[in-house]
Amino acid sequence: MRKFLPIAAVALLSLGLAACGGGDDSSDSSASSSGTVSDADVTAALEKGGNLTVWAWEPTLKQVVTKFQEKYPNVKVNLVNAGTGNDQYTALQNAVAAGKGVPDVAQIEYYALPQFALGKSLTALTGYGAESLKADFTPGPWSSVTSGGTVYGLPMDSGPMALFYNKEVFDKYGIAVPKTWDEYLDAARKLHKADPKAYITNDTGDAGLTTSLIWQAGGKPYTVDGTNVTINFSDPGATEFAKVWQQLISEKLLAPISSWSDQWFQGMAGGTIASISTGAWMPANFTSSAPGGSGKWRVADLPQWTAGATASAENGGSSLAIMDKGANKELAYGFMKYANDGDGVQVRVDNGAFPATTKQLNDPAFLNTEFKYFGGQKANEIFAKSAQNVVTGWSYLPFQVYSNSIFNDTVGKAYVSGTTLTDGLKAWQEQSAKYGTEQGFTVK
Amino acid sequence: MAVPQVAAPPGVRVKRRGRSWKGWQFVGPFMLVFAFVFLAPIAYTIYLSLYRNQLVGGNSFVGLDNYTKALQDSQFWSALGRVSLFLVVQVPIMLALALIVALAIDSGRLYGKAFFRVSIFLPYAVPAVVATLMWGFMYGNQFGLVKNINDWLGTALDPLAPNIVLASIGNIVTWEFIGYNMLILYSALATVPTSLYESAEIDGASQMKIITAIKLPAIRGAITIATIFSVIGSFQLFNEPSILRPLAKNAITTFFTPNLYASSLTFAGQQYNYAATVAIIMALVTMVIAYIVQLRGSRNR
Repeated sequence: MRKFLPIAAVALLSLGLAACGGGDDSSDSSASSSGTVSDADVTAALEKGGNLTVWAWEPTLKQVVTKFQEKYPNVKVNLVNAGTGNDQYTALQNAVAAGKGVPDVAQIEYYALPQFALGKSLTALTGYGAESLKADFTPGPWSSVTSGGTVYGLPMDSGPMALFYNKEVFDKYGIAVPKTWDEYLDAARKLHKADPKAYITNDTGDAGLTTSLIWQAGGKPYTVDGTNVTINFSDPGATEFAKVWQQLISEKLLAPISSWSDQWFQGMAGGTIASISTGAWMPANFTSSAPGGSGKWRVADLPQWTAGATASAENGGSSLAIMDKGANKELAYGFMKYANDGDGVQVRVDNGAFPATTKQLNDPAFLNTEFKYFGGQKANEIFAKSAQNVVTGWSYLPFQVYSNSIFNDTVGKAYVSGTTLTDGLKAWQEQSAKYGTEQGFTVK
Repeated sequence: MAVPQVAAPPGVRVKRRGRSWKGWQFVGPFMLVFAFVFLAPIAYTIYLSLYRNQLVGGNSFVGLDNYTKALQDSQFWSALGRVSLFLVVQVPIMLALALIVALAIDSGRLYGKAFFRVSIFLPYAVPAVVATLMWGFMYGNQFGLVKNINDWLGTALDPLAPNIVLASIGNIVTWEFIGYNMLILYSALATVPTSLYESAEIDGASQMKIITAIKLPAIRGAITIATIFSVIGSFQLFNEPSILRPLAKNAITTFFTPNLYASSLTFAGQQYNYAATVAIIMALVTMVIAYIVQLRGSRNR
């Protein structure tokens, strides 16, 4: 066996050398792009052209890319759908770790942005003059792309929440649109009793929905101050949420169907899932994936935790960010600005996206858009109002992607066994805190 | 090795070395590939397992900390416990069924022997991913076969409930691998000389006696090998739970099996170092158990 060693050593050495070679390349490219980049530099880069790889799943970016390439014919944008949400983050993190195949621009949801920023995977936009764009965006999304005073991305869309409901089903069983979550619970009971196949909504344990509803209830389970983090799911907001949701679970009033599955869209089109609470980016998905429900659905304000209140929260929403290991950063910034702040925004709005820019949100043409799917309702008015009513002061964890990945290990238990939602949330808190501590945060 | 005892200057020693390197020139290419493909990944995994890369604080050498952590990690132990339970329940059932089928086909009394052999082997030819998806569709109590059964019989079966999902996975694995194990055992049976059976029959031995006295002892080695493969397969359980997870994410946790745990640590938690540790420990556990099985299998020969 001893004789084998010299050769193994040679092999390992050459592996090491190869790794060093890779390292040199990446440090070169980041060195060249540090410092200040003026608008003129960006314009020059756009005129000069080149190739740009963009990872995103947002459907309206396709039209944006077409328009962008018409305007800047020398730029060739390669738009890649590398998966939705977590799937893409996994691929992205692997590419970053490998130092190869990293896209120039990536779509990153607001909840995931701090984790990528902290992991030094993103280019800080300080040198690009991104701070001056602050006034163009609504405050919620803008604060979401800012981490520790540094801007890491440009907001692409936002997800102020609303209640989407099937009016046909509600009318059939004489159910009024619920104004509070208690009324929602009563509506759930009434509907399921009248038709055992129908449910008020579906839920099999969804971290995004849970945190958004706690957010709306005024809960602040996460506070982040640099590397000092607190996680607390026993504050009044979380308790309020657990009280109502526990009853929905215990009385089996939630359809055991996962969101984004085929059954989900079928259920919404067919009337067995009577409502969903989600972000304002939803309409495009209704039209494309549940066409059978067209004309039957309507939009209403999100039910309230306190009668008469007007609180709302964000659900989802994402930004575009420049990867640190990507090449061609001036070009990347040029595309990003076009898509999220420039002419691209109107293109996306025209195709059904819900923007994060104040210009479009205050535009009468935008507010007066009649949605055929919602029976001609001017749904954007409700969304825009919701955007203004988002409860302030919410923040996600700097390791929210991981934390969400263990949601079903912990809170999920409440959906399939005797564990209570409160205990599930407590377990989620403990597991998340444990991970945070291991990663070097001070977690309380 | 008759080397002349000459007090040569250092340069002359090249001749002697050149001779001893001749063999290496032949095995060199193989050794290089071997080192790259087998040794380097293991060495790299061990290297990884000695570090810890934190979001805050970066990469640092931590010695054996990851190993002590793994040994105290309740999630790791629950994963190991789950695959061990799987091993002691599913493997005997699967191998017993495979043995019965192999003996039945070998008995020569089965009508349509070739048809049975092929149809029982067929599931093994279906990729595990496809097989699991297929079973997933059947297991679904919202849309699948189980839903239909529930509708007809008024039952409330749910094969993906937390307390039975392991059994449901066992069912898939059994279905997939009976044919494979049957083939190992059957080919061993086929090598037994028929003269032994003839003389047993002349001695008046019953079919049962022939099985216990001739066939089983003759294929002991094959049974041991099939068992070792199954032990390794159980500890490496990954495809089935990982593919069923989207259908039952509350029942199949991110630490359902050691492999699934290592994969979640890597991809969701970016804990490459700890995942490498889990991988090394699992490799050791698997080797020890497989070695014990092999010792037991060859002891009473």
